[in-house]
Amino acid sequence: MMDTMWVLITAFLVFFMNLGFAAVESGFARAKNCVNIMSKNFIVFAVSSLGFLIIGWGLMFGDGSGLVGLKGLFFAGGADNSPAIGEAYKGVYSAISWTGVPLWAKFFFQLVFCGTAATIVSGAVCERIKYVAFIAFSFAMAMFIYPVIGHWVWGGGWLAKLGMFDFAGSTVVHSVGGWAALAGVIILGPRIGKFDNGHIKAIPGHNLSLATLGTFVLWFGWFGFNPGSTMAADANAIGHIAVTTNTAAAAAIMSATILSWVLLGKPDLGMTLNGCLAGLVAITAPCAFVSVGASIVIGLIAGVLVVLAVMMFDRLRLDDPVGALSVHLVNGVFGTICVGLFAIDKITGTATGNGLFYGGGFKLLGAQLAAVVTVGLFVFVVAMAIWAILKAVIGIRVSREEELRGLDIGEHGNEAYSGFQVFTTE
Amino acid sequence: MIMKLIIAYIQPHKLNDVKQTLYKAEVFKMSVTNSLGCGQQKGYHESYRGVGMEVNLLKKVRLEIAVNDNFVDRTIAAIIQGAKTGQIGDGKIFVLDLPQCIRIRTEERGSEAIG
Repeated sequence: MMDTMWVLITAFLVFFMNLGFAAVESGFARAKNCVNIMSKNFIVFAVSSLGFLIIGWGLMFGDGSGLVGLKGLFFAGGADNSPAIGEAYKGVYSAISWTGVPLWAKFFFQLVFCGTAATIVSGAVCERIKYVAFIAFSFAMAMFIYPVIGHWVWGGGWLAKLGMFDFAGSTVVHSVGGWAALAGVIILGPRIGKFDNGHIKAIPGHNLSLATLGTFVLWFGWFGFNPGSTMAADANAIGHIAVTTNTAAAAAIMSATILSWVLLGKPDLGMTLNGCLAGLVAITAPCAFVSVGASIVIGLIAGVLVVLAVMMFDRLRLDDPVGALSVHLVNGVFGTICVGLFAIDKITGTATGNGLFYGGGFKLLGAQLAAVVTVGLFVFVVAMAIWAILKAVIGIRVSREEELRGLDIGEHGNEAYSGFQVFTTE
Repeated sequence: MIMKLIIAYIQPHKLNDVKQTLYKAEVFKMSVTNSLGCGQQKGYHESYRGVGMEVNLLKKVRLEIAVNDNFVDRTIAAIIQGAKTGQIGDGKIFVLDLPQCIRIRTEERGSEAIG
């Protein structure tokens, strides 16, 4: 009973992160696209809920090959006698039979993670993507891309067998969302005016209050995301994980703020907020496998990485309006590698083996690197193919005039701030 | 020298283009404000929770540029070049006489203050 309560309550916290993403993304974008971004962030959870129920869960957790689940594919309808665990479990979702909670509690917890992966894409492609193309891509994320990688790592697939560890999803959730977003950013091209005449132009977000509110919501939601991934009210583990999670966020906020202060002359709030998210993403894989001391180091590096990555993507002419690539892709990869560097065997009970810095050699690090490379390749290639098909069939980018006037009027016929004076020209 | 005040109403999404053509014509000074107005274009359709709204006043951007007489033609040409699409709603340009102009900082007057 306690375990089920814990799993569901933390799942509800992760659900709340949908609001966080909606607020962060719309705050970092312009007023004329606010309705569109809110619409995308709202509908994406509906898409994920249906897609993950229809086939996502089955592909991810069904018994099958090392690459994909094959049993109980549709509507989570395979044989199952949860909450039986271990030897007593008789069903087709044996990869997740280690947690003693009912099937629908497992399903709901995994569903909110799927929703998070899908929503990461939204911010990176915003202010120029067609609403219908985003919805179509989100179905592909929830019904294929995310569940396949999930199967590799969490569903008893080949990376799990290789001894790769990703506690709460630096790879499975964040880097998957990040790679899919990167493919979208490349194929869409930059927003009009972002890279005029070879110069990088700042396009300021319209509401940093909203972005700050959203970041706090995400930080709060992460206390469900990481400590909840125990999927049991494991008294020692959840306290440890809550503290590693929070400490990494705090350290990353400091390092991102200081670095932006030094490099840009002033402490940029956008960098401080993205620093927080970078630390949280980076600690997501290692939160249960590393000491609190190591979480400080991981956070400090994550904060530096996010600032440098934001500047790097601009120089590469990749237009990511909200910094989703720097936060989720770069730090998802970094967090995954951190497990191989900082892990301490059985620190909260899981037998990961020691990481490189604790005398474990390259065994764990090798498995983590294998995951980084293969997940990156698979997701990037598949996502690029899906974007290319959508581009050919329905088109993925709005017209120049619509982009200049704003997607709110063009796509939805609504205004976010009717009655306010809003400059719709930049 | 005679001074003129040029007032132009243009489509909001053409402001960037107009700024660039003005810059190329070496017209660097301008004021820009949001404005609402209607002309031949009449309203466009907007909806709120599924109910249609007729919006009679369209969003426009108002440019004000004060120039000396010898700059009037090139300023007008630049605005037209940046704002013209041939579609209804491109906007209008008004040219007014400007009796006086004073730069507050230096208290210069007339053509000196404008340039």
